[in-house]
Amino acid sequence: MAEATVIESPAAGPGPAAARVPVGHARAWLRFFRSELRQVFLRRRNQMLLGVTALFPILIGVGLRLASHPHGGGGGGGLSFVTQLTGNGIFLSFIALTILLTLVMPVVVAVVAGDSIAGEAGYGTLRYLLAVPAGRTRLLAVKYSVIVVFALAVTFTVTGVALATGAALFPIGPVTLLSGTTVSLAEGILRLVLVSLYVAAAMASLGAIGLAISTLTEHAIGAIAGLAIFVVASEVADQVPQFAVIQPYLPTHWWNSFDALLRAPIDSGTLLKGLLSFAVYLVIFGSFAWARFTTADVTS
Amino acid sequence: MTDVRAGSSGPAGAPGGTAEAARPAAVTGRAASPAASPDAAGPALAVSTTGLTKRFRGGQVAVDHIDLAVPRGSVYGFLGPNGSGKTTTIRMLLGLAFPTSGQAELLGVPMPQGAIQVLPHVGSLIEGPAFYPFLNGRDNLARCDAADRTADPRTAADRINTALDRVGLLAAAGKRYRNYSLGMKQRLAIAAGLLTPRQLIVLDEPTNGLDPQGTREVRGLIREIAADGITVFVSSHLLAEVEQVCSHVGVMRTGRLVFQGPLEELRRTGAARIRIETTDPAVAADVLRKIGLPDPQIAGDEVTAPLTDFSPERICADLVHAGVGVRGLGVVTPSLEELFVGLTGEGFDVDG
Ligand SMILES: Nc1ncnc2c1ncn2[C@@H]1O[C@H](COP(=O)(O)OP(=O)(O)OP(=O)(O)O)[C@@H](O)[C@H]1O
Ligand SMILES: [Mg+2]
Repeated sequence: MAEATVIESPAAGPGPAAARVPVGHARAWLRFFRSELRQVFLRRRNQMLLGVTALFPILIGVGLRLASHPHGGGGGGGLSFVTQLTGNGIFLSFIALTILLTLVMPVVVAVVAGDSIAGEAGYGTLRYLLAVPAGRTRLLAVKYSVIVVFALAVTFTVTGVALATGAALFPIGPVTLLSGTTVSLAEGILRLVLVSLYVAAAMASLGAIGLAISTLTEHAIGAIAGLAIFVVASEVADQVPQFAVIQPYLPTHWWNSFDALLRAPIDSGTLLKGLLSFAVYLVIFGSFAWARFTTADVTS
Repeated sequence: MTDVRAGSSGPAGAPGGTAEAARPAAVTGRAASPAASPDAAGPALAVSTTGLTKRFRGGQVAVDHIDLAVPRGSVYGFLGPNGSGKTTTIRMLLGLAFPTSGQAELLGVPMPQGAIQVLPHVGSLIEGPAFYPFLNGRDNLARCDAADRTADPRTAADRINTALDRVGLLAAAGKRYRNYSLGMKQRLAIAAGLLTPRQLIVLDEPTNGLDPQGTREVRGLIREIAADGITVFVSSHLLAEVEQVCSHVGVMRTGRLVFQGPLEELRRTGAARIRIETTDPAVAADVLRKIGLPDPQIAGDEVTAPLTDFSPERICADLVHAGVGVRGLGVVTPSLEELFVGLTGEGFDVDG
């Protein structure tokens, strides 16, 4: 109650300089963050995207089950992990991640990241948020935090649904790693969680690129499409042998390196290079987004 | 007591005007209101700018060295035709756009540096309402409130209801914004400006798209807000739309502030003239000159001259006495609208 009095008595001070006292920085920040979370996760469009994303592992699992049945193995073409799948359903998670990381997951993340600032600008709500004042840096931080949560949600939706589907359609048990060692199912699942965190980190760094693009336009669709094209271009360049020199620096290059976690011992060199790549992209594009957003006129 | 014009004695266009100008007596009397703190130590002006300028990329100067001085407690009509730079000015005042040069202060705090500090005390409607179409009115306001780090979450529901009630939207609060009518959208935007106690409300064309009834309601709302001692800065194309509520006006023309001051002062710039319809214009003009009216003008069979402090009855008597055939005699005062049009120009084409 004492706090409420402070908040509502701007008249008590010697002028507006005795501003209404912030309701505790962390609490106010959390409140805005929760509001933004609701905004993203209760939005029908985003729910549908998550729903569709959840369908893919099921489809992949059913497809591989049907393909594998008559021959008792093979089936999945050149995909890694597929031979292991018939022996252990947990591998459906890795297969799903490999497949969905090429387009579905980046696009779903791109929708939320590209929409973050551009969407507000498009609705015109950006000027009102800033007039509240939400604070430009604070708004950017809240937006990015929610993008990270969304990246986690997308990734764990894929691995979670894939794990359940894999367990339903295939035998499940101790996991034979890529290096040939066998670990318990529990450790296999722990490794799956680590893999998911690694992939979520990849998606979060993509989200930073999306956030930066999003500060450049008031057309959310443009920002989303721009980010999707960016991903595809990077993936194409990653396939062209002539670009071998620059490939390690491409933003998508390390996405699939999560298999480093499926070896004993863990291939930490590869893993760290991947995480470093994500961090560098996060810092570069995060700084760009901040520099741009804190200095640009809001004319939407 | 509700007449904010009580404070309209300030010098026109004088940024950093005198203390009397800036602290209207009527407002000081209302300082008990929790929202207003125009106490002795508070800054004199709610809005002040010096040489505020905005040049857009491409070279267009949308706002050209304007010196606004909006006294605390006033209702300041910020007038100007399309494209005269009103919205651009408001965006700079609120820290949305950065000035090319010049300074701006809101409630004594420099902008845009002081945005976080001062904007919680400022409610605003900027270039029309804007909300999330997929949320209802109440959720939209909750979103605004959540972004405000100075707003108390425990009182949020109450404050939102009060604001909705104030603009008459309580019944439609559960309806999606997408399905709101133009007037409802406008009201919701005003409600957002009233969520927390304010010292200044900035309204950019609040009556845009409203029917006459809605326009009247907005005017009523402005009066109520002002009666609480809150300074209101309201932009409009039309003087007529705000003249009934304004104590002060600033008139923009192609990015320049061509008039600023109390409404009374604008009215005074339009001096009354005597107009005589006569068969002998030349003689009539002579008579007027003789009795002391400056500079009579003859146009056809009409003679006009500034009335100064003569009474029309006396002029009439003098004319008749001198044998002038008077067919008609009257006093003409330019309406505020005419004065306003004189300031802004009449052309249909947008300047710039
Ligand atoms: N982002 C921008 N880039 C370039 N020019 C701009 C921009 N925003 C506004 N202008 C120009 O600045 C001038 C002033 O525009 P502004 O919106 O401030 O006018 P206004 O007085 O609010 O007009 P209205 O009454 O039509 O709303 C116009 O000529 C406009 O074209
Ligand atoms: Mg405008």
